[in-house]
Amino acid sequence: MTATAIAYPDSTPPVAFTQAQLGWIPWLEPPAEDELTAVQKEGLVDTARAKSPYFRLLARDPAILRSRTLTDKDIFYNTDAGLPRAERELAAAATSRFNGCIFCASVHARFATTYSKRGEDVERLLDEGVDTDLGERWNAIVEASVALTATPIRFGEEHVLKLRGAGLDDLAILDVIQSAAFFNWANRLMLSIGEPTAAA
Amino acid sequence: MSAAPASRPIPAPPGARTDLVDTLAGIAPGSALEQLRSRRPVARFHTQESEEALFGASAGGAVTQQERSAVAAFVTGLHGQGPLARHAHERLAALDPALSLAIRREIGSARAEGPFGRYPAGPLSAEDTAGLVYAVDETGRTALGPKLAAALEHAHLLVFRPREASPSALQSLLDAGWTTDAVVTLSQIVAFLTFQIRVVAGLTVLNAHPAAQEPRP
Repeated sequence: MTATAIAYPDSTPPVAFTQAQLGWIPWLEPPAEDELTAVQKEGLVDTARAKSPYFRLLARDPAILRSRTLTDKDIFYNTDAGLPRAERELAAAATSRFNGCIFCASVHARFATTYSKRGEDVERLLDEGVDTDLGERWNAIVEASVALTATPIRFGEEHVLKLRGAGLDDLAILDVIQSAAFFNWANRLMLSIGEPTAAA
Repeated sequence: MSAAPASRPIPAPPGARTDLVDTLAGIAPGSALEQLRSRRPVARFHTQESEEALFGASAGGAVTQQERSAVAAFVTGLHGQGPLARHAHERLAALDPALSLAIRREIGSARAEGPFGRYPAGPLSAEDTAGLVYAVDETGRTALGPKLAAALEHAHLLVFRPREASPSALQSLLDAGWTTDAVVTLSQIVAFLTFQIRVVAGLTVLNAHPAAQEPRP
């Protein structure tokens, strides 16, 4: 029997980028929380993620969910030097803004604001888009993230030199690359197996 | 790729696996960039684990090895002629030469620039942009079959205009015969590849333009 994708004709999804907390609803049926298998739970990594319909839906393929989650956490949470967390989140927010993922942008813009205390600059990135002027260092990070996110990929020597000129060492540049690259993965999942809902 | 001898090669630990990103980005064992990658050891390990989970010998089930390889050759080919695209094509050609030719033909008619697409109607509509909406033609459909044809159309949507994804796009996959589990796996395959290809591309550039060594006195 063919399954049916779930549509929400009565939902009014957000139509602008925002730092407000949004909800998310799935277009395919996730496994019920109390029916998750041991392997699916292992795929979720954190038991708290069983509350999320997004992660439960992804638990239909637990092996890749597990590796995806652990990759994500190390790119963003590893505190051994490199790019400050605020700017890893900035790369994620800029990538999400450019790809058009309103949900991902909301989460990571909020984190960027929390860690940088530059909420107005983050808001301008959301309101005006990736070409807005955020000062030398943030511009370099946003431009590198966008160049890496474009298809075909436009990231080149000029981006590395600009990041270095703005004071990033090579570990920090690696963090920019991995943060932006990772949000190409995250945006495409978040955008394509469900949709955001207005303030949760 | 020629393996440039590193100045102080660090021998690989016993049982260490081939790391596809290092191989494709030309990152030599013991090189400066290899040492930087090892500062994010879990991400590095699980980037390779992701590759194994999606394309390794034990991957299969709802999406066959052939289908996984065909989608990978298509998605990486849409990004141009990089090392990951060559790798994906060789893998597919080894499994199914005829399918590999069919995928090459599709890539030829599917190239586009992204991201583009429509936003939900509202203030962002001013940023809407148009581009190629790819559909497999009759010749392609005959060569690929209906399931793979639907998978490629969806992969193209995800690569170039992910903000236009919709329940009806998923319904097209389900109607073509993919199960719900398979749709999740296909989505992960496409999304993961857009990550992996960017890691390889970014690190290749960084590897080619290393920071100056210690400043001279």
